[in-house]
This record gives sequence, C-alpha cells and structure tokens, in this order.
Amino acid sequence: MSNAVSALQGAAFSDGIAEVRELGLRGMITLRGDLSDKKLIKAVKAVAGAMPEQRKIALKGDAGAAWMSLDELLLMVPHSDALGTVETLNSALNGTHFLAANVSDARAVFEVSGPYARDVMAKLAPVDFAPDAFEMGMFRRSRMAQVPAAFWMSDEDAFRVVCFRSVGEYMFDLLSVAAQTGSEVDVF
Amino acid sequence: MLILECPCCGVTGEETEFHAGGEAHLKRHSVGSTDDQFEEYLFMRENPRGVHLERWRHNNGCGKWFHAARCTMTLEVFGTYPAQTYEPPQEIKDAISAKRPGWSWRNFS
Ligand SMILES: [Zn+2]
Repeated sequence: MSNAVSALQGAAFSDGIAEVRELGLRGMITLRGDLSDKKLIKAVKAVAGAMPEQRKIALKGDAGAAWMSLDELLLMVPHSDALGTVETLNSALNGTHFLAANVSDARAVFEVSGPYARDVMAKLAPVDFAPDAFEMGMFRRSRMAQVPAAFWMSDEDAFRVVCFRSVGEYMFDLLSVAAQTGSEVDVF
Repeated sequence: MLILECPCCGVTGEETEFHAGGEAHLKRHSVGSTDDQFEEYLFMRENPRGVHLERWRHNNGCGKWFHAARCTMTLEVFGTYPAQTYEPPQEIKDAISAKRPGWSWRNFS
C-alpha cells in the first residue's frame, strides 16, 4: 500500500484577513444514479445520515453528501473509509443502474475561515455570498477564478472548497492572495 | 453579460459559469441523407440579429446541457428550457412573443 499524501499536505496561510488551510486527505466518492431510487436513498442515508435536497449538502460529523446534479452526489467520508464505502455501495446498489467511484485522490479540499471569509470567497466566484443569500446547508458548484470549484459553509464564518487536485496549488495561491492583509472589501 | 438560469439544477448564474454550444434544434442528417441535407447539418447556421435559440452547457456547475432563447442584439434572455426537446415549449414562444411580436426563427414563430 502506497503512502497517500494530499495535494499540499496541509499547507496554511494565516497572515491575512482570513485563514486558508488545505484540509489534507479526505475520502470522496462520486455516486451517480437515480436519486429517487429507494435503494440509493437508503445507501446515502447510511453514509451521510440524510439525503441532500437539490443544491444542498447533508452533513453528519466527518461524513456528508452533496447534491452535484440531477443524477450525481458527492459523498464525503474519512479518507481511510473511502474504499470500504465504495464496496458497501456496490453491494447495496447491486442490480440498479449506478456508478460509485472513489475520487478521493483526485480532489483537494480547503477551508477559508474568519470574519472576512465571505469577502475572500466573493472575490473569486460569480456567486452571491451575502449572508442571507448563501447560508449553511447550501452547496454550490461554480468556478473560482479560472478553475471549477464547489463550496459550502462548515460554520458561521467558514467555507469549505473542493477542486481538482491538479489545480490544488493554484487554488491555494488564489485564496491566499484574496485573503492578503488589508484587502477587506467590507460589503457584507 | 448574460444571466442564465439552468433548468437542470436551478442555478441562476452569469455566462462565465456556462459554455455556449451553438445553434439549437439542428437535425443531425447522417446515413441516408442527401448531400444537401448533410451540407445543411454541417455548415448552414442561422446568424440572426435578434431572437436566437441556442444550446448551452452548465460546465462550471451541474454539467448538463440545456436550451436558451435570447436576443443577440440586446443580450436579453427570454428563457431557458430542457435539452430533451425538438422545439421551444409554448411558454418560451409566448415569452419571446411578448417582447418581440411577430418574431420568427427557422420554422418557429
Ligand atoms: Zn445546472
């Protein structure tokens, strides 16, 4: 078994208006199929506690399920549980039309936190981050500067960002620059 | 800047979240077609000043294809509708008619 390492091995930037941190290894599974299928809903609930509504994320401790599109969810589990979860899904959904793929090592995950986290996010994505427009429980796929990204809130002042691992360093640099000292916008 | 609402995931986003996919409702003439039909499919495109029907993809989002009816002159979007149709639904036609009475686009009006 190889020694898995995350894209930036926990890199952090904390000298600015918000803290940016790469969250290290995360288990991520792409699950595609009929999201109204009873077997699929049951299998998702077993992982994340609940089935996410459209454009929402269901969170339970270290695990979660995010709504990616009409036929796709992103399941999040501890990294060491990813392969086991795929096997569980494969046997639970046997006989239905679905796909469960372990994409853990194809992704990078970041957290942007602090009172100005919204400012940092709003600088980079074409999305309304006003407190009453982007709330806890929402999940949005969009872009951040030039790369695709998905994000949600993990706390009052904290956002999680997922992107492709191949652009992990770009994302970290982007977030760090957007969080540099003195760059508050103060629109929210 | 275009503001489009993706009918698949429901997100309203600006155009950099989407990717234009060319003219809508093309018939893919292929095996068994005449040379004229095949030429039509490959090369002949509408280039209107005004109402236009297009395919778009929510590439920085849910990844799905859909259709949009918009004005090439004012960038006004009349509406978006699912990809799984050969022609614009009645409510889209009505929305265009409300703003551009007497419009026509290929066989639709
Ligand atoms: Zn969409």
